[in-house]
Amino acid sequence: MSESIAITGLGVAAPNGLGKRDFWKSTRDGRSGLGRITHFDAAQYPSKLAGEVPGFDARSYLPGRLMPQTDRMTRLALVAADWALADAGIGPAELGEFDVGVITASSSGGFEFGQRELQSLWSKGGRYVSAYQSFAWFYAVNSGQISIRHGLRGPSGVVVADQAGGLDAVAQARRQIRKGTPVVLSGGMDASICPWGWVAQLASRRLSTSEDPESAYLPFDARAAGHVPGEGGTIMVLEDAEAARLRGATGYAEIIGYAATFDPRRGSGRPPGLERTIRLALADADLDASAVDVVFADAAAMPELDRIEAEAIEAVFGPYGVAVTAPKTMTGRLNSGGGPLDLAAAALAVQDGIIPPTVGVEPIEDYHLDLVLAEPRSARVRVALVLARGHGGFNSALIVRAPR
Amino acid sequence: MARRVAITGIGVIAPGAIGVKNFWSLLSDGRTATRGITFFDPSPFRSQVAAEADFDPEAHGLSSQDIRRMDRAAQFAVVAAHEAITDSGIEWADLDPHRIGVSVGSAVGATMSLDQEYRVVSDEGRLWLVDHEYAPSHLYQHFVPSSFAAELAREFDTEGPAAVVSTGCTSGLDAVGHACDLIREGSTDMMIAGATDAPISPITVACFDAIKATTPRNDDPEHASRPFDATRNGFVLGEGSAIFVLEELESARRRGAHVYAEIAGFATRCNAFHMTGLRPDGREMAEAIRAAMNEARVDAGHIDYINAHGSGTKQNDRHETAAFKRSLGPRAYQVPVSSIKSMVGHSLGAIGSIEIAASVLAMANHTVPPTANLHHPDPQCDLDYVPRTAREWRTDAVLTVGSGFGGFQSAMVLTRPGKGAA
Repeated sequence: MSESIAITGLGVAAPNGLGKRDFWKSTRDGRSGLGRITHFDAAQYPSKLAGEVPGFDARSYLPGRLMPQTDRMTRLALVAADWALADAGIGPAELGEFDVGVITASSSGGFEFGQRELQSLWSKGGRYVSAYQSFAWFYAVNSGQISIRHGLRGPSGVVVADQAGGLDAVAQARRQIRKGTPVVLSGGMDASICPWGWVAQLASRRLSTSEDPESAYLPFDARAAGHVPGEGGTIMVLEDAEAARLRGATGYAEIIGYAATFDPRRGSGRPPGLERTIRLALADADLDASAVDVVFADAAAMPELDRIEAEAIEAVFGPYGVAVTAPKTMTGRLNSGGGPLDLAAAALAVQDGIIPPTVGVEPIEDYHLDLVLAEPRSARVRVALVLARGHGGFNSALIVRAPR
Repeated sequence: MARRVAITGIGVIAPGAIGVKNFWSLLSDGRTATRGITFFDPSPFRSQVAAEADFDPEAHGLSSQDIRRMDRAAQFAVVAAHEAITDSGIEWADLDPHRIGVSVGSAVGATMSLDQEYRVVSDEGRLWLVDHEYAPSHLYQHFVPSSFAAELAREFDTEGPAAVVSTGCTSGLDAVGHACDLIREGSTDMMIAGATDAPISPITVACFDAIKATTPRNDDPEHASRPFDATRNGFVLGEGSAIFVLEELESARRRGAHVYAEIAGFATRCNAFHMTGLRPDGREMAEAIRAAMNEARVDAGHIDYINAHGSGTKQNDRHETAAFKRSLGPRAYQVPVSSIKSMVGHSLGAIGSIEIAASVLAMANHTVPPTANLHHPDPQCDLDYVPRTAREWRTDAVLTVGSGFGGFQSAMVLTRPGKGAA
């Protein structure tokens, strides 16, 4: 078995494009999907912008019987999983009964479904709670529903590590493939743009209160004052790279390195964990920093977190030492879906030799970042590093390279 | 040489028992901790029984700020982890924080806090556009339950990988299995690993009522959890936490640690069948058991005791009985099988870890805990379920299993140190 894992199929649901093709076209062109919230009337809340997945009509993709038992995030995940399998050209029926697993990340589960059932419980009574509440909202639901839809019985799981969790799920999939499971569907999908989810996200005090979609989410900028949340993510097909080659699939890119750490507690005097995470991922990939062509930044757009990330990148790669981009300026931060969406963008960047831009940002000079701004940059992208951080101190880094 | 994983410290918060010592005496006495729900007025609900923990966070050293900020499940985990670390005898301050990770399982996260905070911001369900002015600043930590892992990492000053594993009712096995992967691959040398859940809240009770998964035996709460009994009619909701110190086996031996058990094998599979239903043949659980035994390099003849999922629903108990026969063959009839859920209820994501604790203690104490309340065997459940009274029994290898919503089926093999395959 080879050490590397191939990404052979992508299923994308992003605020600036439903489906891989639309997402990548928008992302290359610098087209943002941020706008005023339409899922509910946000007038009364201090933050009014979000990245909503456009034009998603679940009924045109999924059987009607799934509608009453699924939250929006599960419908997006099911459709993305369908697309990922089709994109990989793989039919689970061709594989052994236990040969395909499903390992996804979740951050908040089916929160809108949960809000509706909480409302039924407290306004009408327990007898009005849906028979599907016991599983429709919980964190494991996307893995379970994808497994059922495609008859996937291999090692499966669910990771929760806020925005870092999506990369952790992919790393968990990589472990299972290395242990002998031929194929794993992985990634993350969240969609908690409902009033109850909004109020919970507002409590983080990391949301931008700007009402201008063009300037609301500006990581690494002097005007950085929080992010815009989004919904969506990516489900992808991962396979042992050698096995994929044998069936004639080259894949978009190969996963060759990963690491995760947790920040030291405040007042410990020890440095934040991100720089160490990058170095551990490089060591795992057996690569020198100079081999990395582009960094997909976490891009928190909180001044202190931006400074930590800029310092980590500069410490490892040197001042202006590597191209850095944050296409999530066009989608918002997608919680568990964020890392996998960046990973999809990285894989497509490797395939097409194009680094997508970071929109609207005028970077702070002191950060010494070679940020790819406004226009996409043509470049030979052999190796890409994707960073993700979760609320509370989670750091994850994942490295992909062009297929051999 | 392949790295192996040892359990060197245990902490437990369980219904009827705070701390490992009390937990084991509850189990070995065959006492039940199920009772009428006291946390809220259960009278509007179909199932009004639960296994509640009498837990006083202040008595365990949590500050009023900790208590305000952390969901009850996070409080359980922090207190159980303190017990585990003390039990491990390790000089925590001497360790390299980079080499210690956290893996904590939870099925329903901060459900209890979310239920309570929702009532306030929605004005008892009157508002769809809930009012952010009434939301506490820590609501985000309830929204995303990775805060449980973050709380443990901060409390114990660890900087290795941290995550919550949330695979429904197998979370407690899967989180420990994940921790083993990290130690074996060399990402960490030590893990704070286990699981926690505190689901006894109106929304959880209502959602299990809606599918009649929980028992309506409200007139006899002490005997309401009846795994494998012909009169069983649903599980009893529970709560609690078990947290372990896991170490790479050789380094644990070098420091002279007391090794409770080796985690020799773990596997999980999906049934891809139904979000809440089970196929009666137990096929996928059997496959998980076979894979776990394979990893542990033991065969059916080595398994001395099965710590069952034994939830007490009609379909589960038959399903797993079939899985044991399918995976272990005739051995399934020769070894004791018991369900501690008969005593401490079903604490969803936490119970897998609580059952690991019970399995390890059974091995250490040469005693198999009983299945309480088992008087009328179900003809379709025809194994030796250790009815009502604990049994003196030497165990060198335990199989413990879990089964959950979403179709997850997990199995773990624990071996007595020095008795596992080399």
